[in-house]
Amino acid sequence: MAKITAGIGCSHVPAIGVAMDLGNTHEPYWQPVFKGFEKSRQWQKENNPDVIFMVYNDHCTAFDASCIPTFALGCAAEFQPADEGFGPRPVPVVKNHQKMASHIAQSLILDEFDITIMNEMEVDHGLTVPLSVMYGDIPQDGEWPALVIPLCVNVVQYPAPTGNRCYNLGKAIRRAIESFDEDLNVHIYGTGGMSHQLQYKRAGLINSEWDNAFLDRLTSDPEGLAQMPHVEYLREAGSEGVEMVMWHVMRGALNDDITEVHRFYHVPASNTAVGHIIFENHA
Amino acid sequence: MEKDYEDIPGTFVFDADRSREGYHLNQFCISLRLQKNRDAFQADEEAYLDGFPMTADQRDAVLKRDWNRLLELGGNIYYTSKLAANDGINFQNLAGLMTGMGVEKYREMMVNGGRPIEGNRYKSEWGEE
Repeated sequence: MAKITAGIGCSHVPAIGVAMDLGNTHEPYWQPVFKGFEKSRQWQKENNPDVIFMVYNDHCTAFDASCIPTFALGCAAEFQPADEGFGPRPVPVVKNHQKMASHIAQSLILDEFDITIMNEMEVDHGLTVPLSVMYGDIPQDGEWPALVIPLCVNVVQYPAPTGNRCYNLGKAIRRAIESFDEDLNVHIYGTGGMSHQLQYKRAGLINSEWDNAFLDRLTSDPEGLAQMPHVEYLREAGSEGVEMVMWHVMRGALNDDITEVHRFYHVPASNTAVGHIIFENHA
Repeated sequence: MEKDYEDIPGTFVFDADRSREGYHLNQFCISLRLQKNRDAFQADEEAYLDGFPMTADQRDAVLKRDWNRLLELGGNIYYTSKLAANDGINFQNLAGLMTGMGVEKYREMMVNGGRPIEGNRYKSEWGEE
């Protein structure tokens, strides 16, 4: 049977991808960011999964305003990196475990999570930047070292799904994955955040105290943390900070008791506080 | 529906009302994701905009690259950033323009830890209603 052995929380700041794509990671501005992922890359090498279940959001790239699914599961064979206005990122095509994705789709719907099924979809920096920070540079004609099942969450148009809904979806995803009849090692990612506001006159907001409390409670009080109302994210972590609801999906898919093996927090990357955490899930 | 987020200063929450108002503006912006559309827009901005039934105010804000006005008229930052990308402006420099700080001062603020939360939670703290 497939098993979820780890959960990873990770920011997906587009400028981090640009820094890697342009070879600027040695610059003093970027050095502290990539130093924070050194241990993660080592850990990733030692624990590389067969499949990554990637909870991420699209930034008005694959989805325009004509169709806004709250939860959309990628069931296509592969996903091309999208042109977000500057040309596509020079990273490999993302390949799915298509059979497992279809199984998860069926299982979730019968478990009363009515997700949207995507049989064609491009993926933007929200999905590829977490892969890049965890795996390092992979040539465009190479392959990502794991298959990836994308779950795209609407966090652009208010309201995003509640933290509680996301947390419970994580539990349903675990039931789906662990009823898949193949011995596979699976990691689940919650991406986005941490505090940031990209728009209007309050742009640049950072709330380190709040971010660090979020990481603490994600470890020790995930159920309580999942009850946080949207207005608190919007006010305290910035209008775009609300994407942190996606971290609850990841946490919900893990045991209550987990081992935190790595944590990293840094301000800034572009407009954003970078947060990262790795949890090992024990059988 | 009660909007408990309307008292946050300097912020637009992109809810259903804003989404309705900004629909054609945002669809125009996202069209610039593709190179062939960027080429057509660059060749003749007015003619390209004729394909999108946005309001005269929205159209004017696009042509003037009035980034804050675009948000006031129902634009969302992930859409308007596509127009900025077309102009070679990244997220951080766009934020520098929207805050009125300018690119250099904004970047300096971010390097020094960003805009603090103290004094920036409520409109009343900004002397706004």
